[in-house]
Amino acid sequence: MLIAFYLFGFVAVLSTILVIVNPNPVHGLMYLVASLLAVACVFYTLGAPFAAALEVIVYAGAIMVLFVFVVMMLNVGEVITQIEQSWLKPSVWVGPGILCALLLFPLMRLMLGGEMTPAGGTEVGPKAVGVSLYGPYLLAVELASMMLTAGLVAAYHLGKQD
Amino acid sequence: MSLPSWLTPELIYTLIQVAEACVILVGLVLTSAWMIWLERRLLGLWQDRHGPNRVGPFGLGQVIADMIKIFFKEDWTPSFVDRAIFWLAPAIAMSTMLLGFMLVPITPWIGVSDLNIALLFFLALCGLAVYAVMLGGWASNNKYALLGGLRSSAQMITYEVFMGLSLMGVVMIAGSFSLVDIVTSQQQGMWNIGPQFLGFVTFLLAGFATVHRAPFDLPEAEQELADGYHVEYSSMKFGMFFVGEYVGIVLVSAMIVVLFFGGWDVPFVDNEGPVLALFSFVAKCFIFMSSFILMRASLPRPRYDHMMSAGWKVCLPMTLVNVVVTGIVILVNQSGAA
Repeated sequence: MLIAFYLFGFVAVLSTILVIVNPNPVHGLMYLVASLLAVACVFYTLGAPFAAALEVIVYAGAIMVLFVFVVMMLNVGEVITQIEQSWLKPSVWVGPGILCALLLFPLMRLMLGGEMTPAGGTEVGPKAVGVSLYGPYLLAVELASMMLTAGLVAAYHLGKQD
Repeated sequence: MSLPSWLTPELIYTLIQVAEACVILVGLVLTSAWMIWLERRLLGLWQDRHGPNRVGPFGLGQVIADMIKIFFKEDWTPSFVDRAIFWLAPAIAMSTMLLGFMLVPITPWIGVSDLNIALLFFLALCGLAVYAVMLGGWASNNKYALLGGLRSSAQMITYEVFMGLSLMGVVMIAGSFSLVDIVTSQQQGMWNIGPQFLGFVTFLLAGFATVHRAPFDLPEAEQELADGYHVEYSSMKFGMFFVGEYVGIVLVSAMIVVLFFGGWDVPFVDNEGPVLALFSFVAKCFIFMSSFILMRASLPRPRYDHMMSAGWKVCLPMTLVNVVVTGIVILVNQSGAA
């Protein structure tokens, strides 16, 4: 399981980097889908099969489909790819690179010196997730549902023809 | 005679499981391929003509002849396509549908895995299957293919929303996402087709839309879009789309049987043996596979906007009502029993 965890983690990081680097929007989105699938696998190795399934259904299966749908509707061609290529100059990488290095430093320190907390000791099945969602986290569920209703109403208003 | 030391019981168990999975896989692909023959013969029967009846007994060899022909066709990739994605799309079409069969408990003795999230896994695979059509349409760099891809993605998003919801009643009754548990609960009570009739109807519609079969075959509507997303495909890549569609039909039929018609269960028989259970499952599947073909033979294709609004305005509210009513009934029964 440990090897699988690191393998999926590596795939997730690599494909996320490729999302940023790739100049072709559809190829980039495909790498993003691969990254989400890898993250789902990571969840699975950590003992959260329910979260893994939802990750695939919601993110890879629905949200990314919408992204690809919009990119296909816009029908971006060679020109966009060239423009994106010109944005990826080496000088652009300096700022994010420094910031990431700053983040890496405390992370390495924690990993090398600090105490580790074991993850994935138990398997969290669908029932356990449901019980905690409708138990201690009921308020969060209700707030999220209200926010989604607000989004629905707003979308209806924007789409109304008159 | 003692076994060699590397041959541990775990290894033997694993090998048996792998062999079983391979047998199921090969059986599934062969069934799907012969469904093409079945479809053509049944369409012939219903349209008062013969259908393929020349190659072998009843024309059964037609599939072999077609497969040999399609294997030896030139696998031509047009110069204007996006090569990597063009090649990826048929693989997704075939593999997502094949993977789905991993979950199906054919009998208590035959089945690859019993996940506790099996139903969610099935929904996830249906979600990923959209990519095959979308990417095939986009990568072909052809306006008909692109239109087919766009249509299918909108259609499949619409129908996926309530496909998940339509199954929630079944999950509530069984109290589990595991398909084996769902079948067992139907053996103890009654088949889900009775209490979950609304769920069955909406799942059937969503299943048709997901495998984009007639009457919901708008992504590949021949009259308007030439052949939709696979118009640029040739040889085995087209074959994979084609067989993938039939694998999808077998998968959806199997899921309908498992979820609503008691899986391997035979009514009024308590302990089905392996043979009776297998026969029961296969017979039920066959009925639904044939009904997919009957739908194609009898129903005209709806207009695109009609289909979309039916999805959002009729099916989605229907599934929500079904979920609420099922919940109320279960709660009332529980408090009555307590």
